[in-house]
Amino acid sequence: MPGPQVPGPDAPRPGVPGLRLLGSEVGVLFRRRRTWAMLFALAAIPVLIAVAVRLSSAVPAGRGPAFLDRISQNGLFVGVTAMLVAVPLFLPLTIGVVAGDTVAGEAGLGTLRYLLAAPAGRARLLGVKFAAAVVFAVAAPFTVAVVGAGTGALLFPVGPVTLLSGDAIGAAEAFWRLLLIAAYLALSLVGLSAVGLFISTLTDVPVGAMAATVVFAVVSQVADALPQLDWLHPWLFTHRWLDFADLLRQPIVWDSFVANALLQGGYLAVFGALAYARFTTKDVLS
Amino acid sequence: MTALAPSAELPSGELSIETRGLSKRFGRQMAVDGVDLAVPRGSVFGFLGPNGSGKTTTIRIMLGLAAASSGSVRVLGEEMPRQLRSVLPRVGALVEGPAFYPFLSGAANLLRFDAADPEAPAGTRRERVRTALERVGLAHAADKKVRAYSLGMKQRLGIANALLAPRELLVLDEPTNGLDPQGTREVRHLVRSLAADGATVFVSSHLLAEVEQICTHAAIMSAGRLVAQGPLAELRRAGQTRVRLLTPDPGHAARVMAGLGLTADGGTSRGGGANDRGAGTWGEVLYAPLPAGPAAGSPSPEELVAALVAADVRVRGFAVEQGSLEDRFVELTGEGFDVAQ
Repeated sequence: MPGPQVPGPDAPRPGVPGLRLLGSEVGVLFRRRRTWAMLFALAAIPVLIAVAVRLSSAVPAGRGPAFLDRISQNGLFVGVTAMLVAVPLFLPLTIGVVAGDTVAGEAGLGTLRYLLAAPAGRARLLGVKFAAAVVFAVAAPFTVAVVGAGTGALLFPVGPVTLLSGDAIGAAEAFWRLLLIAAYLALSLVGLSAVGLFISTLTDVPVGAMAATVVFAVVSQVADALPQLDWLHPWLFTHRWLDFADLLRQPIVWDSFVANALLQGGYLAVFGALAYARFTTKDVLS
Repeated sequence: MTALAPSAELPSGELSIETRGLSKRFGRQMAVDGVDLAVPRGSVFGFLGPNGSGKTTTIRIMLGLAAASSGSVRVLGEEMPRQLRSVLPRVGALVEGPAFYPFLSGAANLLRFDAADPEAPAGTRRERVRTALERVGLAHAADKKVRAYSLGMKQRLGIANALLAPRELLVLDEPTNGLDPQGTREVRHLVRSLAADGATVFVSSHLLAEVEQICTHAAIMSAGRLVAQGPLAELRRAGQTRVRLLTPDPGHAARVMAGLGLTADGGTSRGGGANDRGAGTWGEVLYAPLPAGPAAGSPSPEELVAALVAADVRVRGFAVEQGSLEDRFVELTGEGFDVAQ
């Protein structure tokens, strides 16, 4: 083993390593059976809904989740319905697992000290961890949407969709709207991911961080449902989770998308800064 | 190996690790208390101390994992943790046991840690991982999930991780933990070959025999303080030389030795007891500390034997024992199983 370091022809190329670490991080995330189990569970929601509707004779209008009665006429609604069902608990649950595990999981395994001794750099590692959590936050609602649309197309007719504004759009255009809703939900989960990242820097016990993150999402939704806390509602990161109706108008109204982006950006800024402050000064003793 | 005497006067460039007044406080407890380490470049440095004496905390501070409460650390001549980014790629570390992703293979784990090093060239990554795995004898298990690894295999993988790139300094915390005798021998060879290539190897251990075999220098920690450090030969020399006598006439021998100004000590009280080699069948074992040098009118070993034989003591075994590192260690850190508080 040569002692003195001679910068050879393969000297480090600047700028790329952050991306390489992100690649490694996403690779590790998607090589975990747990990640796939969660995506399969999410994918099971639209399948379950579609099969249930197919087997039942007729769904009376106005009962069950919104759009449930529309499924038998248009399979694309399986995706929308499944997303509506997944928003309050299932999606936050999976995000809680992934985001809560980011730092605490590495600490729990003991791999955090080896990443930092490599040296990954604390700020860089935190950034990469958050980015990987966002990758999952994108994958989760898109899984529901795509599997929903696919199952719907298999079991039901697919045709033009009448939007909330009264306009009718073709099936292809409707599919894009479906993906737009998934993107809206991915954006909605950014704030929760930041919260999970911060909580994850507080402990070496990943399960604790996961649970706390999920509890945070549930409490926020409960608070959002209490009229007594009216003043608080606009500040809750879950407040706009279901505000994607604007995306079902012609032309698309982007107001709620922008408002949600600002809200999630605010949570990202605050909890990202807290996570940074905590993680860059923390003694890694695990 | 040139034995550089570590001292405060030595220029920093000659030291791979240098701490000054390093302290770490956890609440009310001083885990590390005013430690001044000086690890000469090119040395194999044994970092000794009982469990809980602050070894691992010191290592964590050296690697920038924990912040010092006070004091400074220089690693490879650069201030830590300020220069962490330029220092750590030149340092290979095994800290407090290996840790891996159980759901990844051994090779995938190493690829992951290597990707975390911004200075590690991606182009040679697979090749370097393969070489490191071969070097610790894990090539056959490269694609096996770490979940299925034995403790010894994990330990080897941890060492392989420290060897992913050419390093100037290796920090190995308990490197032989969980290894079988063959593995231990291999690690010894590895450490020697690393040192022969010019790297400094900093080995933390509580296995004294281990350290005595491979180290050129050592430091001893006790209850957060550094109680001794220097070239191994000097540390050993500071220990007592003693004579070991095997005889069936212990009482008589003790009287003869007392006449020559030596205080004999029965084998049983030395903790060896009946297990002491040769004791029982051949008589009893007596120990007597031998004052260093011919000064103070103390007898030389041959004079002592002559005197014993002349007094009709049946001498069945006689040896002069150089103080071992273990004696020195016990002398400095106390005996017994009490973990330092």
